[in-house]
Amino acid sequence: MKLWASIQKDIRILLRDKVGLLLMFGMPVLLVIIVTSIQNNTFDLLNKTKVTLLVCNRDTGAFSGQFIKAVGNAGMFKIVNSANNETEENFKEDIGNKNAVLGIIIPEIFSRQIAAKSKTVTGKALNSFGLEGDTSKVNLDNLNSLTLYYSPAVQQSFKLSVQGALSGCLQIIESRQVLKNMYFAINEKPMPDSLQNQMLNNKLTIAEVPLSKNKDTAVLNATQQNVPAWTIFAMFFVVMSLGSSIVREKLSGSFIRLKTLPTHYFVAILSKQLTYLAVTLLQAVVIFALGIWLFPHIGLPALSLPRDIIGLVLVTLTCGWCAVSYAVCVGVFAQTQEQANGFGAVSIVILSILGGIMVPAFIMPGSFRTIMNLSPLHWCLQAFSGLFLEGGGLKDILINILSLLGIAIILQLAAFTALRRKKLI
Amino acid sequence: MQHPAVNIINVSFSYAGQPAKLFNNLNLTIGAGERFGLFGPNGAGKTTLMSLMTGLQQQWQGDIMLLGNTIKTKSKHINKLFGYVPQDFALYEELTPVENLAFFGAWAGLSKTEIKERTGTLLEVMHLSEAANKTVNKLSGGMKRKVNLAIGVIHDPQILFLDEPTVGVDVQARRDIINYLLMLNKKGTTLIYTSHQLSEAEGLCNQIALIDAGKIIANDKLENLLAHHKQDGLEGLFLTLTGNTYSNQ
Repeated sequence: MKLWASIQKDIRILLRDKVGLLLMFGMPVLLVIIVTSIQNNTFDLLNKTKVTLLVCNRDTGAFSGQFIKAVGNAGMFKIVNSANNETEENFKEDIGNKNAVLGIIIPEIFSRQIAAKSKTVTGKALNSFGLEGDTSKVNLDNLNSLTLYYSPAVQQSFKLSVQGALSGCLQIIESRQVLKNMYFAINEKPMPDSLQNQMLNNKLTIAEVPLSKNKDTAVLNATQQNVPAWTIFAMFFVVMSLGSSIVREKLSGSFIRLKTLPTHYFVAILSKQLTYLAVTLLQAVVIFALGIWLFPHIGLPALSLPRDIIGLVLVTLTCGWCAVSYAVCVGVFAQTQEQANGFGAVSIVILSILGGIMVPAFIMPGSFRTIMNLSPLHWCLQAFSGLFLEGGGLKDILINILSLLGIAIILQLAAFTALRRKKLI
Repeated sequence: MQHPAVNIINVSFSYAGQPAKLFNNLNLTIGAGERFGLFGPNGAGKTTLMSLMTGLQQQWQGDIMLLGNTIKTKSKHINKLFGYVPQDFALYEELTPVENLAFFGAWAGLSKTEIKERTGTLLEVMHLSEAANKTVNKLSGGMKRKVNLAIGVIHDPQILFLDEPTVGVDVQARRDIINYLLMLNKKGTTLIYTSHQLSEAEGLCNQIALIDAGKIIANDKLENLLAHHKQDGLEGLFLTLTGNTYSNQ
């Protein structure tokens, strides 16, 4: 009766706190939509959109044409041709004007260089077989056939993958020419196209398998990553409402009256915990529902729920309880509402950064990895990722759940000790 | 034999970090059914004494008995014996008077039916029926005071501690509150009241104690004190006994 009366009181106060509700429901919903949309665009940019490559071909030989065709076939680039008599300065300007971040100038000597290099390599190869080959020397170290221009905004990893793709295309042209030369030298007739294709295009394939705990292929998209992450953030943001609710009650006259009544203050704390635990579960339901039903209507991938629903419920409950325990702790230790709100909000942002919610954990320096383990949001994210991204079940994320329970118990004990020390219970 | 409402026996108390004792072997008895007024200058110890009697303040020596029960046991049974109406609004401003009464009634151990009955009665006698379902933060100061008092008596306590129950209210609201308190006392509730409104106290209290610097300097029926000190009002008596100068400077 007393607990139920307290829960009713807390729910009524909560429902009349419009700002608190907006912070706990409106803000996370907005965040999850905005961040997912932005990240989805980035995913599309990387996965679906081709990178525009501006090409200035000054070479009149056959190899440059073959090279451009090979680059086009690589699938990574959209080739935009520039005038072949363009100056370097104009070409640099053109890269920006044509919304490209990359450009290459193929010099006039490109085909001659490829021909000379392949001739030299063929000659050396034939000599090593004991056959007579052309021994004219070309300095292979100083060949610089192409110049790659790139925007300073291009990341090093992306630049390296572009260089790799271009080098691969160059390799194809050179290898083909070496093969042709060798075939001609041995057979004294041109190499047939069918053999050429067989030799050059019959590469071994690389199978791609996303890491997954089950046999189904895990879905990796912006929705699967962001919806659980921002749900966790929303859950922990109840600190703003719950923390300040505890401080407000401590400071108000109502607390004095509660102490004179024949009921333990523990009932009030328990009531708040149950009320806000329900709030965190509702947050999860609302955000997951948005991911499932709203996202496809606004051009975002739909959220696909994990196969282990019991695991999902348990993880959500544990994360919610951990978030509530953190908020209770902040509320008990804070002396004023300003302290609770200020510390609560800033600490959640810091803990979410450390936990990998805002910044992917794998890009953090090694020294941060230990600190990361102290953030309850990290364990929440690991547990949700195990279910949503890796397709795991309860047994796969048990360690995360146990860690969260451990953190929640420590927070509860700290709050209880502080309440005793302050003679509040 | 009827126990006194409050029996303070050799109580000593000092605030943490303050070596001087505010109370040193203080003794005071308040009879059951009395309308007891506790007066004194600011800092004399009125509110602290009230806190000791209600168990809000701990770490003291001696004993305090409420209707024959020592409060040292911290038994929840003792908390049912008294109601407390603090000077601050001890309620939830986001809730309506009905919701406040329901919550505090439940905490006082009343059943749903008892809460409903008591709430109806209290709203009526305090003229709060029209405001019953408005949130407290939308009520006037006088209305809030009445709700504050109603919560303190929701469980029909035998002793009612009142700390400045009418501060900041208009004449009409004050009259309502005082009339209600007199009615409660007629039904047997002991009133233990402190205020700076001495004229109000003259009409309410039949037993007066004056406290100064942690000591009870007078304790008797109001008419006896006035006659003994040749005063015709509580204000004159107060100034005679506590002096004309500020004591808390």
